[in-house]
Amino acid sequence: MSELPAGARCVVIGAGIVGNCLVGHLAKLGWDEIVLIEKGPLPNPGGSTGHASNFIFPTDHNKEMALLTLESQRQYIEYGVNNECGGIEVARDEARMEEFNRRMTSAKAFGIDARLVTPAEIKEMVPFITEDIILGGFYTPTVSVADSLQMGTLMRDEAVAAGALSVFANTEVLDLEVSEAGAVSAVVTDKGRIECEHVAIACGVWSPRIAAMAGANIPLTPAVHQMADVGPIDILQESNVELAYPIVRDMDTFCYERQSSGSMEVGSYAHRPIFHHPDDIPSIEAAAMSPTELPLTQDDFDPQMEEAIELMDMLGDAEIKYAINGLLSLTPDAMPVLGETPEVRNLWSAAAVWVKEGPGIAQLIAEWMTYGYPRICDPHGSDIARFYPHEKTEHHIYARCAEHFNKTYGIVHPREQWESQRDMRRSPFFAREEALGAVFFDARGWERPQWFESNADLLERYSGRCDPREHEWDARWWSPITNAEHLHMRDAVGMVDLTAFNEFDFEGPGAFDFLQYMTVNSVNVAVGRSVYTPLLTHDGGFRTDLTILRLAEDHFRVVTGAFDGGRDRYWFTRNLPDDGSVTFTDRTSGMCTIGVWGPNAQATMAKIVTGDHLPYDVTQDGFPYGHVREVLIDGVPCTMFRISYVGENGWEVYTNAEHGLRVWDSIAATGEEFDIRPVGLGVYAVTGRIEKGYRLMGAELESEYNPVEAGLARPKVKSADFIGKDAYLAARDTDPVATLCTLEITDQTSAAGIARYPVGGNEPIVTSDGERIIDAHGRPSRVTTAGAAPSLGSYLLLAYLPPEHAIEGTTLGVVYMNEQFPVRVARVGGQPLFDPTDERMKTDPA
Amino acid sequence: MRILVCVKRVPAPGARINITDDGQNVDTTHLAFTTSPHEECAVEAAAQLVEEHGGEAIVLTLGPAEAEEQLRYAVSVGAQRGVLVLQDDESDPQRTSRALTTAIGELEADGPFDLVLFGNESADSGGFQVGIRVAHALGRPVVNGAKALAIDDGSVNLERETEAGRERYVLPLPAVVGVKEGINLPRYPTMRGRLASKKADIASEAAAIDVIDGALTMELLERPPETESSTIFLGEGPDAAAAVVDVLGELGVLS
Repeated sequence: MSELPAGARCVVIGAGIVGNCLVGHLAKLGWDEIVLIEKGPLPNPGGSTGHASNFIFPTDHNKEMALLTLESQRQYIEYGVNNECGGIEVARDEARMEEFNRRMTSAKAFGIDARLVTPAEIKEMVPFITEDIILGGFYTPTVSVADSLQMGTLMRDEAVAAGALSVFANTEVLDLEVSEAGAVSAVVTDKGRIECEHVAIACGVWSPRIAAMAGANIPLTPAVHQMADVGPIDILQESNVELAYPIVRDMDTFCYERQSSGSMEVGSYAHRPIFHHPDDIPSIEAAAMSPTELPLTQDDFDPQMEEAIELMDMLGDAEIKYAINGLLSLTPDAMPVLGETPEVRNLWSAAAVWVKEGPGIAQLIAEWMTYGYPRICDPHGSDIARFYPHEKTEHHIYARCAEHFNKTYGIVHPREQWESQRDMRRSPFFAREEALGAVFFDARGWERPQWFESNADLLERYSGRCDPREHEWDARWWSPITNAEHLHMRDAVGMVDLTAFNEFDFEGPGAFDFLQYMTVNSVNVAVGRSVYTPLLTHDGGFRTDLTILRLAEDHFRVVTGAFDGGRDRYWFTRNLPDDGSVTFTDRTSGMCTIGVWGPNAQATMAKIVTGDHLPYDVTQDGFPYGHVREVLIDGVPCTMFRISYVGENGWEVYTNAEHGLRVWDSIAATGEEFDIRPVGLGVYAVTGRIEKGYRLMGAELESEYNPVEAGLARPKVKSADFIGKDAYLAARDTDPVATLCTLEITDQTSAAGIARYPVGGNEPIVTSDGERIIDAHGRPSRVTTAGAAPSLGSYLLLAYLPPEHAIEGTTLGVVYMNEQFPVRVARVGGQPLFDPTDERMKTDPA
Repeated sequence: MRILVCVKRVPAPGARINITDDGQNVDTTHLAFTTSPHEECAVEAAAQLVEEHGGEAIVLTLGPAEAEEQLRYAVSVGAQRGVLVLQDDESDPQRTSRALTTAIGELEADGPFDLVLFGNESADSGGFQVGIRVAHALGRPVVNGAKALAIDDGSVNLERETEAGRERYVLPLPAVVGVKEGINLPRYPTMRGRLASKKADIASEAAAIDVIDGALTMELLERPPETESSTIFLGEGPDAAAAVVDVLGELGVLS
């Protein structure tokens, strides 16, 4: 075997499904001098890949995971290691049958062949099932089992054959070295030291240990998934093949049964959450089987065996030949942990990945390393930079993983709220909001009022325009009070707690040039003015969108949302010049924000805003839209920004956290005569926004789409260079193959005779005949946001449509819970349906 | 038939056995527990005899409360019930056999077991003594290392392997037999068997047994020095053939 090289361009650590596919994809993208290091032996080093069940159920409600899983399955097929057997998810209760309707909808959205089947049809496919305890099933003919070890070997061998890769098994990483500039510089192993430009950690359950060697944090915990192999079983043996029968997922008991030649593998996600610290995983030498195949804790598995026998009686008399507490990786939000670590440059995390999505994610990482951002799909759900500091602690990881482990097969509502780790971040107004009966939703640790029970009296005032939703699913994590708050804000004035905003200050002589390079729209505005702008990837897709306030010549403040704050912070700091010409300060924790909007906002603020010259002119003439001013509110220094995300005249008011409560109380008291009300995020983020057609990062705005498609392209392009400019210019010169449209449901009545309200979870937009709509780039039309438009008396959807359908007045359909509802294309492009000329925002109220 | 099988809870080792820092115990942090393969065969033999002749197989152990796991496992593969003599410390063969003899005396209040089965030796300390000591204390004939066992009209026919051939024994019942791995192929538990074993009667005999210390005390456990194994990479594909032939020649396996 050759000697460990002294240098490499990239070292990939870990030869599981991810590491193997990563070296393969890097080689395909032209990388050479790649070194793959693995502590264990090949081809099965003893990590989670080695004991994985390897099956792929392609349907996922999450777009990112659905696309990555489908791409992975495509690659398994390409390499001839995909064994298609079909799979049936079976329901034991009615709620699950309803969930199957939702799964049918997601299958349709992503083009997966699937159908609902009756117990009798299931019995025909799986003759040994006890059909009288199930109500029905969700059948996917393309469910398959991949040979993940063979896939890894093929990818590895291909890269070796291309001369791009050398492989070193039985080689343990002892340290990662980091340069003074903060970039990874070398990997120290028991066989020698390799200087390198990039390191990718694909170490599964050991990833946190390896990352810690460089001072980086990969937040995951090894967790137990129990499985047993029982057999031999006659009917399975007689099939004489590995997989003669569809895999059965017994969804309501959180178990699965998967044929493995003559025996059946029974796996469970129903037992208590069992976590192991990465430091407490046995070594290869000390493990009885492998380090990730730990002894079964039988008591935890017994209830699942009873349920398995209930579903397949023959399992009861089958012998338990092999049973383990298998280790897999869990993260606080059940998504993978991918991308460059925010702590160390060129140190990449490719962790918390399952076999079903392994090759696709390996490709995503390889693209990220090659092009600066993935091309296969937007990674915002998996991006390692998404985590805030409190989310990377073991405390948080264990709490959240304990909460979601048993939801692996659960029915999780798109608006579902976490129960653990709440009250991590509270605004200064929290106590006031609590007293007003706020129902708090979690936003990456922030408690944000979604609506206020104190506004329930408005339901009567707006009777007929805020009806309750009849279907429990539509009404879950929702209140008609949101509609009432919305209407009240449009009629009078509302105040919104926006403290969860992130505020990043950029200062110094290089700040202007730096931001000019980061943003699409020019930051060359006067002091006291603002810029709303997308930021693009190098390929011209959306990286984020945000607002920038120019507070001084050399001082800019970026304001961005709670969900993408971590990712935005990483993107800015990663691109920050290292010559000291720009300083970055994250001011989020020291600031708080109140939005004040509505026809009476101006009258309210006129009474308490003062400046150097009393009184302060808050009219549109004196303080125009888009302007930023330093003022006093009840004597407290505040920054006021005349802007609106809800389509009303008013401001975002920023102040230091310690002043916050006084400002809140002052606005509330002053506004009393105008009937000011606190208004929840249900208005700010959904109803107010969708009436104005405002786009949201992570929903409408993703790296697969560009500003032309999103209707955010301005008439002119600035002369300064910026990230993604070439691609942006090219996009402007091309007719878009899809345009973001606002659609209105024209009849919400279901077959059951009740009004339905799609929740905005990738519901497919289809033709009137029910055909999927795919644009020229292969992107399916699907709902990116859904919400009530109380002022318009309608229910709106946002979705990208190809040109032939992006015509106002066109009738299409939306599939929700496996039922099609008619929709009308109400608006093509960025112009809002409500107050299309923005008069309410930009003129003084009458 | 009434058959008693005596088993011992021992760690199921990994490839390398780690020892605790104080040198008194095997480090069981990552280990599961089991019984020795000989004892698994003894349970299997008892289960088969009961299936053939009727009656009852009871499994007895001396150990910590956790040893209930091994008793239930034995029930899941064919024993009818278990008896646990609680004993937290590691016990030497003298002490173990005294305790077991006392327990057997109590279990035999209604008459002796036809057979008392042991494994040939325990998987951890390997003393080869307990079965013989118990037989002696009970005044019953004993054969260790049995590789075949059959009941024949009031006696048990046994065989054991020696270098010279096979030895045959006929013992009158009641008798004590040490069973050796290979006598049968122990079954795995079925799922139903496992679930049934959870409901099985496991009696705890803690208070009743007055355990008298033996003469053996633990001094220190030490791991033997690791045997260095080095791998020489001979090459890949057809290119390696010549080197492989050389090695085989050196080993003298080529004529």
